[in-house]
Amino acid sequence: MKSNLVERKTRKTAKPRHLQKVPTGIQGLDELTGGGLPKGRSTLLCGGAGSGKTLLSMEFLVRGAKEFEEPGVFVAFEEQIEELTENFASLGHDLDSLAAQGKLSVDFIDVARSELGETGGYNLDGLFIRLDYAIESVGAKRVVLDSIEQLFSGLSNTAIVRAELRRLFLWLKTKGVTAIITAEQGDGALTRDGLEEYVADCVILLDHRETAQTFTRRIRVVKYRGSNHGTNEFPFLIDESGISILPITSMGLKYEVVTERVSSGIPRLDAMMGGKGYYRGASVLVSGSAGTGKTSLAAHFAQCSTAAGERCLWLVYEESPDQIIRNMRSIGVDLTPAVKSGMLRLRSVPPTSFGLEMHLLTTHKLVKELNPRSVIMDSISNFTSIGSEVEIKNMLMRLIDLFKMRQITSMFTSMITGESFVETNSTKLSSVMDTWLLLREIESGAERNRVLHLLKSRGMAHSNQIREFLLTDHGVELRDVYLGSSGLLLTGSSLLVEQAHEQALAVAQNQEAGTKKRELEYKQKAIEAQIAALRAEFEIERLKALKLDAQDEERDTVRTDDRVQMAKQRQADAVKGRHMTERRSGDRR
Amino acid sequence: MNARPKRGVSIAPKKKPDERWMLKLYVAGQTPKAVAAFDNLKRLCEERLQGRYTIEVIDLLKNPRLAKDDQILAIPTVIRKVPPPLRRIIGDLSNADRVLIGLDLRPES
Repeated sequence: MKSNLVERKTRKTAKPRHLQKVPTGIQGLDELTGGGLPKGRSTLLCGGAGSGKTLLSMEFLVRGAKEFEEPGVFVAFEEQIEELTENFASLGHDLDSLAAQGKLSVDFIDVARSELGETGGYNLDGLFIRLDYAIESVGAKRVVLDSIEQLFSGLSNTAIVRAELRRLFLWLKTKGVTAIITAEQGDGALTRDGLEEYVADCVILLDHRETAQTFTRRIRVVKYRGSNHGTNEFPFLIDESGISILPITSMGLKYEVVTERVSSGIPRLDAMMGGKGYYRGASVLVSGSAGTGKTSLAAHFAQCSTAAGERCLWLVYEESPDQIIRNMRSIGVDLTPAVKSGMLRLRSVPPTSFGLEMHLLTTHKLVKELNPRSVIMDSISNFTSIGSEVEIKNMLMRLIDLFKMRQITSMFTSMITGESFVETNSTKLSSVMDTWLLLREIESGAERNRVLHLLKSRGMAHSNQIREFLLTDHGVELRDVYLGSSGLLLTGSSLLVEQAHEQALAVAQNQEAGTKKRELEYKQKAIEAQIAALRAEFEIERLKALKLDAQDEERDTVRTDDRVQMAKQRQADAVKGRHMTERRSGDRR
Repeated sequence: MNARPKRGVSIAPKKKPDERWMLKLYVAGQTPKAVAAFDNLKRLCEERLQGRYTIEVIDLLKNPRLAKDDQILAIPTVIRKVPPPLRRIIGDLSNADRVLIGLDLRPES
């Protein structure tokens, strides 16, 4: 019979042409429900004790009154009005002033059983009349009944209560108000008293449960008749500004990209990225094992961006801000001026103090408050103690989305454990990162030396070479890639040894070359000397030859003269005489 | 066995015989339940409190504002403010015994 009634009711409600929605104004809830709660209908909000039902429903009214010009009526069956007002005052909502402005009516209906004696039949007209009066007095468009199932504990005749509740929900519909009915979650059922049978249009479940010793509030739209809605559980937060739900669907992945670059604070690192550094709004992952200089790299970035007049928010998860300042001073990076001028905000956040969602939210709030141009999270590995890898990745995705929307350059340091240099953790995270710097230690020659890889840097030409990464007393230095004669990367003292060795070799080669040259010179000189000697000899010989010629001539002359004289003496003519001589010699032959 | 009647006796004399009773009956229109409740209440009062009681009938349809002041939820509701302490019973008062207990209107001897 009960189900018949439900059927009838739902058939009646299923006919409207187009489902209208009422925005709640609660951050994230409207995205989750695709625009808000069903207009003119009742939504069942169930959850365990302390899951935030009262707060969420009251915020629905307060925001309605403040932001949407929709006055509201809050009927409390549990909490005294004073307490409620106090609780909301701490959230920054002045219920009294809203009530004074006629935008809100808060009514407490006491259903304490001890005061009620039941004698025979009754109905809940008193409740209807009060509700109606309250609705009419403020012209309410929104109504909250919190939590109406108190009626079951206050009134013993459940048959009457059920019948009256059914009547109430139908009546609320005729009043045209958008209502939230809260109910305590039951064992294995949405509500303890089966209220979901009456309110079937929209059911939202709140949950507050522990994972890894951290309590997380979650919200889920169980049912939303005639509308699309996010079906997953989404974490939400209650803090001093009320309820914030951060559905992953609120991620737009739509943001303006810029080609502007920001320096990493290390000239040589900038050089590796085309000489200009990171893109503004980029997400930079710096991963490395313990003591590889991740924080130092971040410190350079912080110092550089604050020096350029850009505010930087540095969330520290494992050290105190003072410790960071002291440690960075030891490498010659003095952060004190930036901290003093307020350009650098170092916030120490113990990672395990609250859940991932709270971290997400606090970061959100800090970013909105401080409006930084860069954010450093050091280090995100600490989140592994409070969430799974998937959860952490989701959180970071949402954070990066926020950062990109606001064009904030973000740097995340991540600790790598173990020997494998690309940890699975980092691999998963890396897909949401634009630039990935890997710091690692390589062991050779009985020492460990730091090296830096630029594993990826989206959208820019970048060096694929490994640089040696030095922490000096004047900051981080990147040293040249040095490939020894063996073709292996050399770092540290082995680099020095190799360099010395090569130098010695060069000197030796130089010397050898010198000697050879000198030898050649000597040889040359010797040859030249030989040439000179030969030339001198040649000259002598020539002179000798000339002398001989002269002598011969002289001799001939002398001989001729002699012959002439002899001929004269013999009284023969010269020619005859000569002929005679020739003939004589011919004879002899 | 001795103590019981004694206790009963000791409570009853608290209510002075001449004490005035002021009862409020909250109704929402002239419904059969409201009429029944009024009749039942009147009868009991006549029996027990003749001459020293008043019944004020408040119709919430005419004065809805009053529902809040006396924390009215169910209809009909009877409230006894005087003599204190405040007593409240709901229903059409068809169960006379429960009304007597609820209003602390037990026989005086």
